[in-house]
Amino acid sequence: MEGWKELLYNVAFWVLTVLTVGSGVYVALSKNIVRTGFSLLLTFFGVAGLYALLEADFVAALQLLIYVGGILVLFLFAVMLTHKITDVNLSNESSSQGGPFFAVFVLWIFLVYVILATKWPDAPKFGRQATVEEIGRGLMGKWLLPFEVVSLLLLVALIGAAYLARPLAVKVIEPLGSKKA
Amino acid sequence: MGTLALGCDVLMASRSVTPFLLVGATLFCLGLFTVLTRKNAVAVLMGVELILNSANINFVAFERMRSMSGTPLSGHIFAIFVIILAAAEAAVALAIVLSMYRNFHTSDVDQATLMKG
Repeated sequence: MEGWKELLYNVAFWVLTVLTVGSGVYVALSKNIVRTGFSLLLTFFGVAGLYALLEADFVAALQLLIYVGGILVLFLFAVMLTHKITDVNLSNESSSQGGPFFAVFVLWIFLVYVILATKWPDAPKFGRQATVEEIGRGLMGKWLLPFEVVSLLLLVALIGAAYLARPLAVKVIEPLGSKKA
Repeated sequence: MGTLALGCDVLMASRSVTPFLLVGATLFCLGLFTVLTRKNAVAVLMGVELILNSANINFVAFERMRSMSGTPLSGHIFAIFVIILAAAEAAVALAIVLSMYRNFHTSDVDQATLMKG
């Protein structure tokens, strides 16, 4: 890649990384769960940008459509439905943070060491064609069985979620005049 | 274990996928921390989404570094399946949270102690 294109690529990568990791830290630490949800939105946007930088255009589009358009809206609905509207302080209490922080930090150091100590193969040159055609052929060819199984699973999840989330008892309408005191 | 290869090339995202793997590892640890410390069930599920996103970054990054031999784009297709399963998981899990809120009038995971001995 020529010089200025490479520079642009790296700048875009670091901007997206700061966006992703920064809002991820906010998700992990914020006390207000509505703000947590909206910073999760920024995390999803940053991850979609990283996919685009990795030449995965279709996955990036799906990330925007499904995560930002679907899952995040679902999360915000869940936040609003599990708190009373008058509940000003939408609590998002954390339990004790010392032990988990230490464990996760040790794990992070270990992962970073492993990633940096491994000799990964060099990334090939840029210039891949658009991936949509290959993915479509794959889904209709080699991965046809998982594709169909996933469609069945989505149907089951749809019915199950609707069953679980509906009100428990339907109010029985009593006939007029049979009202007890 | 080899020595840490901390050259300038390793941290340049245009020449190596190592920075993407580092972002994935960091996001995984943040998600794990969220899952471990939060009491609100919705926030715990947000941590799970962070973990799934970090795994997806790794899948797509490995697909990028792979040579073109073998089946093309398996990493992308795996990432797409992960996204679909995350959608199904989020729908069912949030329905369970709503049901739990209806029964316990709270969505804190440590308040739902009905089955505690």
